[in-house]
Formats: sequence, C-alpha cells, structure tokens
Amino acid sequence: MGQMHGICPIAVIVYIIPGKEEKSMDKAIKRYFPIFVLPTLLAFTMGFIAPFLVGVWLSFCKFTTINDATFIGFSNYAKILTDGTFVHALWYTSLFTIVSVVFINFFAFAIALLLTRKIKGTNLFRTVFFMPNLIGGIILGYVWSLLLNGILLQVERTLTYSSVYGFWGLVILMCWQQIGYMMIIYIAGIQNVPGDLVEAAKIDGATNWQILKNVTLPMVMPSITICTFLTLTNSFKLFDQNLALTNGEPSNMSELLALNIFSTFYGRAGWEGVGQAKAVVFFILVGIIAVTQNVLTRRKEIEQ
Amino acid sequence: MGKKNAAQNTAMTIFFSLLSILWLCPIALVVLNSFKKKAYISRRPFAIPTDKMFVGLENYINGIEKTGFFEAFGWTLFITIGSVFIIILCTSMCAWYIVRVKNTFTSIFYYLCLFSMIVPFQMVMFPLSKIVNMLKLNTPWGLIIVYLGFGAGLSVFMFTGFVKSIPLEIEEAAMIDGCTPIHTFFDVVLPIMKPTCVTVAILQTMWIWNDYLLPYLNLDMKRFKTVSIAIQYLRGGYGSIDMGAMMGVLVLAIIPIIIFYLFCQKYIIEGVVAGAVKG
Repeated sequence: MGQMHGICPIAVIVYIIPGKEEKSMDKAIKRYFPIFVLPTLLAFTMGFIAPFLVGVWLSFCKFTTINDATFIGFSNYAKILTDGTFVHALWYTSLFTIVSVVFINFFAFAIALLLTRKIKGTNLFRTVFFMPNLIGGIILGYVWSLLLNGILLQVERTLTYSSVYGFWGLVILMCWQQIGYMMIIYIAGIQNVPGDLVEAAKIDGATNWQILKNVTLPMVMPSITICTFLTLTNSFKLFDQNLALTNGEPSNMSELLALNIFSTFYGRAGWEGVGQAKAVVFFILVGIIAVTQNVLTRRKEIEQ
Repeated sequence: MGKKNAAQNTAMTIFFSLLSILWLCPIALVVLNSFKKKAYISRRPFAIPTDKMFVGLENYINGIEKTGFFEAFGWTLFITIGSVFIIILCTSMCAWYIVRVKNTFTSIFYYLCLFSMIVPFQMVMFPLSKIVNMLKLNTPWGLIIVYLGFGAGLSVFMFTGFVKSIPLEIEEAAMIDGCTPIHTFFDVVLPIMKPTCVTVAILQTMWIWNDYLLPYLNLDMKRFKTVSIAIQYLRGGYGSIDMGAMMGVLVLAIIPIIIFYLFCQKYIIEGVVAGAVKG
C-alpha cells in the first residue's frame, strides 16, 4: 500500500500529458514480444503458414513426400478435370449443402419460434435438441448407420446400396446434429426482438403471420446470416460423418469433396499431387463462399 | 382467449415431448443393441433383447479390449485439456499484444489469423503431417502445439474482438502504478476477459474432443489413439465392422459427453450464442 502512495503523484503528472504516456505504454508492452506473441506465432507458422505455403507449392509438383517433389506446372490441375470422381463429388456436395442448409435452417427457426412462446418444458426440450451437437462426427456416423440400415432392412436394402440413400442419410444426420445448435442461435435472436414492437403491431391489428414477416424476420436477420454461414461451411466441409456413415460407397458415389480429396491422397498411389491440387480448388471454393456471404451481409447492414 | 391459449400450449408441450423422445431414439437404439449378440444387431436392430439375444457386458468388454478404449479416452482427455489450456493462455496474450501494439507486423498477423479461419483442413493436411513427423511432434504433447497453431486463428480473432472493447484507462492505471505488462495482463486484463475465455474454451473443446482427421494423420497410432480414432479403427480393412464391439464403444463414448453436457449446459449454450454473435 505504501508503495502505491509513492507512485501516485507521478501518475497524476503522466495523466496530464496523455500523448506521451500512451506512447510509453506502447513501448513497455512492445519489449514483451517474445512472451506474448512468439509462442503463438511459432505454432501458427508451423501449424498453418508453412503447411499452407508448402501445400500451394506442392499442388504444382509430382511427389510422394515433400523431399522428392518435382515441379510439373499445371498438369495436376488438368488431371482434376479428367477425374470424374471429383466432378461428381462437387455436384454431390453442392446439392447436399443446399438441401441441408434449407432443411436445418427452416426447422431450427420453426422450433425456435415455437419454443419462445413460453411453453411448459421449454428448457428440457432445448437441452434435448442441442445435445447431439457435442457428439463427434465419427460416433454420429455409426449411430445413424445402425438406425438407417435397420430401417432400410425392412425393404432389404442398405445405406450403401445407392448414393441416393447415402445422400438422404447424411441430410437426416446433419439435421439431427445441427438443428439444435442453430435453434439456440435463433432463440437468442428472437428473444432480442423488443417486446413493445410486437405489442404495437398487435394493437395495430397485425396477424401472427404479418408480425412474423414484417417484425420478427427482419429483426432476426443477423441470426439468419450467421446460421446460414455456419451450416453452409459445415455442410460443404463435411468429412467425419461421411467417412463413418457410408465411406463413399458404393464406389465413391456418395463421396463429398473433403472425403474425395482424402481418398485421392491416401487411396491412390501416385495421385498425391492431384489430391493437393484438389485441396487448393476446394480451398478456393470455400473462400468464395465465405467472401460472398460476407459481402452480402455488409451490403445488408449498410442498407439498414 | 385465455382458455384457447392454454389448450394450445398443452398441445405444444405434448408435441415437443414426442419430438424430444424421437430425438433421443438413435442413442437409445445404440444402448439397446449394445446388450445384444453380434449376429442380432444387424439382422434385428429394433428387437428388444430377449434371453436368446442378451449377452450382458460382453460387447463392452470386447470393445474395450479391441480398441484400448480407456487409454484412448485418457489421451483424448489429455490432448483436449492441454490444447484448450495452452490455446487460451497463448492466444489471449497474443491478442492483447496485437490490439495494444499497433504496427504493420501485428496487423499482418491479425489478417493472417482471419485468413486461416476460412482455410479447410484438407488444404494443409498433407504438408502438416510431414512437418509434424519431421519435428517429431507426433505425440499427444506435440499435438497440443499443432492445435495451438491450427486453432490460433479463431481464438485470436475472438479475443481481439473483446480486447478492443476494454477501456484503455484501466490498463494505463495499472501500468502507471508500476505493473509490468505481464502483471497488468494477468491481474487486470485476463480477469476481465473471463467470459470470452469460457466461450473460446467451449468452442475449442467441442472441436478438439471430436476431431478425427488431425490426430489420425499426425499421431503415431501404434502408441497413441484418440476416442474417434479408436472407433474408426473398428472398421476393418474391407469395411467389415464388429457390430457388437462397436455398440459397446459407442455407448462408452457418448455417456461421458452427455454427463458433461448436463453439468455444464448453461455455459455451453451461452458460449455457443456468444461465439456465434462474434464469429
């Protein structure tokens, strides 16, 4: 305590000249760079920057490990186009992404809307719906392969009978897993809608549908943006669930992009370069989705 | 009006109760089948186990032995707790530095972190696994460093978002009172950041605990497994699965998660909402 008293007058003086003081604080922190930043920077360089750069370079090479890579220009990329599995996986993934984004968001929003009406047992329902989120993709895949194969057994089929079954199996699985997560975000959004706004609309004689369309929906637009983004990227990048549920069967027909890249890398000897080139294309596609979404959101925010 | 509403609410409660039961069906089915003989699981998955089908704990014992489940569970716990702790410690310090010391380097680093969030793992998986092997980081300890590197983007992003909202005066006062930056950070800044720490911890735990591909490619699997790897390991070379062992291991993998969830539900749901608003 005594020490602090001794410093206090200096503090008062420094406060009078704010410009100089701010700079000195900046400087004081700056010297601690090795402690504050270096550990993260090193790990980030090793875990992300270096592999990313090496990955871009390797996509132009023929290789089996990093050391034996020889530059071959764009021929890996040319090979992607002739590889039917990639084009198929691209369509399959796009369709899967669209269907699951629509389903998940529609049901999550509907459930959120109903659960914010002060029904008995809301907390319990919320707990149950959210729970599947915490379970890992591999576990989920095997849980659902048991259930879906059991159902398909009644018509003497299995999940791997055709890629259509795998497709809807994945959609159902993703709905089960993600509806709870998105529901939580929607509930938070709906609860943020000011009550008097809804009251005012009611007094003016608006029907429930009109309130939903003209008051609630515009107000929860931020939540819709977030949930669309999350479901979009989650579905597009899906891997674990795909691997455990169908493993791409029958004959790579139920392969999503991420699994297609993986099996090109580790399932086809001599195709490592093509796998890396596919990964670069995959990254660019994910980047386009993310940037487009961001630009659209920005534009909306400016309009408001 | 009031009566109609009450009736509607009761109908809703009944509807959601049924939906909740339906929601839990997949897990109940796995539990049910974990007590059946192997042969009956794929042939009659919906049958209640009768005397003829019932095998007691055989599936569990079988599954634990085949996969080394408890060891895998222990390593998963170690990797998750270690990574989340290190990520929170390092990235919160890093984020504070980035916001408070503004120069070209820190802003480049910040944008690289943002950039890393949109890069899918497939893009780096092959080079990363080679680098990890070269540096002999293919152990659970090494994996913690890998997770710090690959998870830094999101965490730095979330922490910087929060640090920007902390008024500078608080830190200035501490510094003027003679605190070093380290003291200032741990005694003043970190306590204020606690809610963000919880959010980051929850998002990272959900990711790291369930992650499959990163540990699969980077761990020395002869010595170490995680729960996800152990389960996938039950799928034999040609896609044949020992369904009995699988059911037992699935139940063992799910139960701890559900217990954890029931205890920390409030934080998890708050964390998800907070994370979504910022992310």
